[in-house]
Amino acid sequence: MTPKPASGSLQRKEVFAAWIFLAPALIALLLVAFWPLARTFYFSFTNATLDDPSIYDFIGWLNFTEIARDAQWWRAVGNTVLFTIVSVVLETLLGLGIALLLNQALPGRGALRAAILIPWSIPVVVSAKIWEWMLHDQFGIINNLLIGLGLVEHGIAWTATPSLVLGVVIFIDVWITTPFMVLLILAGLQTIPEEIHEAALVDGVPSWKRFWSITLPMLRPAIGVAVLFRALDAMRMFDLSYILAGNNERTMTISIYARNQLISFQETGLGSAASTWVFFVIALVAVLIIGALRLDRSTTAGR
Amino acid sequence: MASVSLNQVSKSYGAVDIIRAVDLAIADGEFVVFVGPSGCGKSTLLRLIAGLVPVSSGDISIADEDMTEVPASKRGIAIVFQSYALYPHMTIARNIGFALETSGLGKPEIKAKVTDIARMLKIDHLLGRYPRQLSGGQRQRVAIGRALVRQPKVFLFDEPLSNLDTDLRAEMRVEIARLHEELGTTMVYVTHDQIEAMTLADRIVVLNEGRIEQIGTPQELYRQPANQFVAGFIGSPRMNFVAGALLGEKARGATTLGVRPEAIRLVPAEEAHVSGTLLRLEDLGHEHLAYVEIARDITWTVRLAAHPDRERGAMVGLGWAEEALYRFGTDGRAVA
Amino acid sequence: MTIAARRSSARYRWQRRARGFGLFVLLLLVLVYTLFPYYWAIVSSLRSGSALFSTSLVPSFDLTHYMALLQDPVFTGSIVNSLIVAGSTTLISLAVAVAAAYALGRLTFGGKKLMLMAILVVSIFPQIAVMSGMFELVRWFGLYNRIGSLILAYLIFTVPFTVWVLTSFMREFPRELEEAAIMDGCSHWRILTRVLLPLMGPALASTGLLAFILAWNEFLFALTFILSDENRTVPVAIGLISGNSRYEYPFGPVMAASIVVTLPLLALVLFFQRRIVSGLTAGAIKG
Repeated sequence: MTPKPASGSLQRKEVFAAWIFLAPALIALLLVAFWPLARTFYFSFTNATLDDPSIYDFIGWLNFTEIARDAQWWRAVGNTVLFTIVSVVLETLLGLGIALLLNQALPGRGALRAAILIPWSIPVVVSAKIWEWMLHDQFGIINNLLIGLGLVEHGIAWTATPSLVLGVVIFIDVWITTPFMVLLILAGLQTIPEEIHEAALVDGVPSWKRFWSITLPMLRPAIGVAVLFRALDAMRMFDLSYILAGNNERTMTISIYARNQLISFQETGLGSAASTWVFFVIALVAVLIIGALRLDRSTTAGR
Repeated sequence: MASVSLNQVSKSYGAVDIIRAVDLAIADGEFVVFVGPSGCGKSTLLRLIAGLVPVSSGDISIADEDMTEVPASKRGIAIVFQSYALYPHMTIARNIGFALETSGLGKPEIKAKVTDIARMLKIDHLLGRYPRQLSGGQRQRVAIGRALVRQPKVFLFDEPLSNLDTDLRAEMRVEIARLHEELGTTMVYVTHDQIEAMTLADRIVVLNEGRIEQIGTPQELYRQPANQFVAGFIGSPRMNFVAGALLGEKARGATTLGVRPEAIRLVPAEEAHVSGTLLRLEDLGHEHLAYVEIARDITWTVRLAAHPDRERGAMVGLGWAEEALYRFGTDGRAVA
Repeated sequence: MTIAARRSSARYRWQRRARGFGLFVLLLLVLVYTLFPYYWAIVSSLRSGSALFSTSLVPSFDLTHYMALLQDPVFTGSIVNSLIVAGSTTLISLAVAVAAAYALGRLTFGGKKLMLMAILVVSIFPQIAVMSGMFELVRWFGLYNRIGSLILAYLIFTVPFTVWVLTSFMREFPRELEEAAIMDGCSHWRILTRVLLPLMGPALASTGLLAFILAWNEFLFALTFILSDENRTVPVAIGLISGNSRYEYPFGPVMAASIVVTLPLLALVLFFQRRIVSGLTAGAIKG
């Protein structure tokens, strides 16, 4: 008998193959993600400008302190946090409601399940423009409807009234992203076995308690993941605010602030520092939410 | 304690009829088992009784009260599900006591009841655990406990043992039989397992394509099947059939004839009712199964206590007592 | 007793019907909420002149805006640009991701968890955080103000997404499938290309469509890395349409443009509806 080949060699072959298969993806991500991120961190300690970023000096933490002293930055932070909390809460509640509705055996639910994909799959620009048109102060259908119902006398300038504009941004964001919530929560709902609902039904558990003590706890992981995705997305939101209100102070998000520094004011160093802030704010939020999810999982699993 | 009666109950989904005009009366305290091939509607029939699925037409009453439109929770029934359907995020104690939480009982009373039932089912040491930490058999006991705690008038079981391995199945079967004896509650039990049906049932209901083929005690179904379907369904290995024409005047005009494998003996050629080629012998230890081709493409199973001492390919004669022969007419019904 | 039961029977039946009716009304409301804005965009795009200000819900068929759009070389050019960018990004991502997903989903090697984590981490990178580094990179490659810059930059979100979703699809194949192929003497390359890939058609289609949508809809990079109108992609082109004066924003043409660039995509999305949903949720739930 020939000596058995070391099983290690087979294993080594597989490991080698694995890295070969992974290589293109890894190279792509190193090139377009990790390298630019590292350069952003690097630039944030310099006074580089956009027209010639090869000439610069190191200026230490100066960019960071300058941003921390900028009232506009803190407004942007405030707007972003407010936008994130309100829109994610609304999307979660609405998404949960629609998902529960879609989980019922109702005529027409197939149509709704398809229709729900529309707001999600069209570009944000298009959604923004559609709603801008519908909310137009003179010719918008919403104002027409409100006037027709006698609720207001003159059309409201939704996107031009400073106190309303963040609300409008949130409202449109809810319309755009609720479908995503619905799909994730619906997928979570469908992992709950039918017999569990039947058991509760036979046991005479009232519907509010069925929802509160059975459906909701079993949905928690799905809702948690959906909230995580949406919150991270909302924190870095750029396009909707930018398209609807440009550089309006009331709706400026941290991403818009950073891009202004970087592109409009051509301040690569300062813009990079702002971008770095954005990165760490989002990383912090991610860590917090993931931590909460872990904690939740370990306590409810009852080890 | 309650009787259950179904009057012309039908259920269809669109154009598909699942249950067709079923009439059934279950006496108070009776243990009734629904059997039938998969897709025969037995689980649907159980869900109709439970109120989980609304009837398309017909009436259902429990304890002489019309329950046709009454929601599941108000019918006074409890179900043990195939998947057990335990709440994964609740402890065993809470799983069992959950239905009582909204009944107005205080926490100490609930706890006392749960503990009593857990002790009776020998799961009192598991009360603090979660369902996923339990074995299949233990989960099954919890599911039964959850049903028991509400003191239902009628107990429904939906293939409760089909996720268990053979040993546990036998153990739980005995347990359920004991429960029925102790409680005396009406029980309706769905299964596809003949042994469960034969051992547990006071009466068996054989379903096929949404219709009741026959209702009777296990012995009645085995000895006097009403038709060819029941004859073939009850008994294992299944009954051997042959076209009446092949047996000549013995058929007495019947379209199809049947003999159970255990009723057949190997006999010398001159005494044989039929004879054929021995295709294969299976030694199961306590018995032997012989497969005999009595005509082209008709193979009969013969159940023998001892090894027949014949070679494969040998011609064998098969004989049986006259009363062991079943006769069925063109419509499949048993004829005398 | 019997009469009381009968009466309650009727009540229960009524309750059930009322509940069903209520839910159906709710469903219609949600349907209007999700669909009406898009419907209104279609209606508005088919009206020109002062008809645009009509509040009638019935559409007319005035194709003025559509004809004007098709004769506008900047707009048609932006559609071509978007097709090239989204198409190339999708193809590159799928090619790269299929290989990576095979390694991550089917092979065992040390550091696999770490790699999965790294890829997941990239998907939470805010685009703005890589902007200055990406700007530098784009210039180095000489891609500034060219659509190539977008093909490159979009990999930052399409690659992690496609790898993640395809990995979760890959994991679902039974182990035996590969073992049978190994017994037949297949190399890893052959297993991937001859055994698994042919089975992944639907998964590739839905994942590819999702990646295509992500790239087609992107705004921030497209706004930043492209300067001249003829190199713009669709979202920015629509965002930058402006009227003769501040007070005369051309909503009619904008609605028409919106419909033109979304309708084909929506048709695909609705056609692949089920697969899209499973692709989206596969990426998220198993994460």
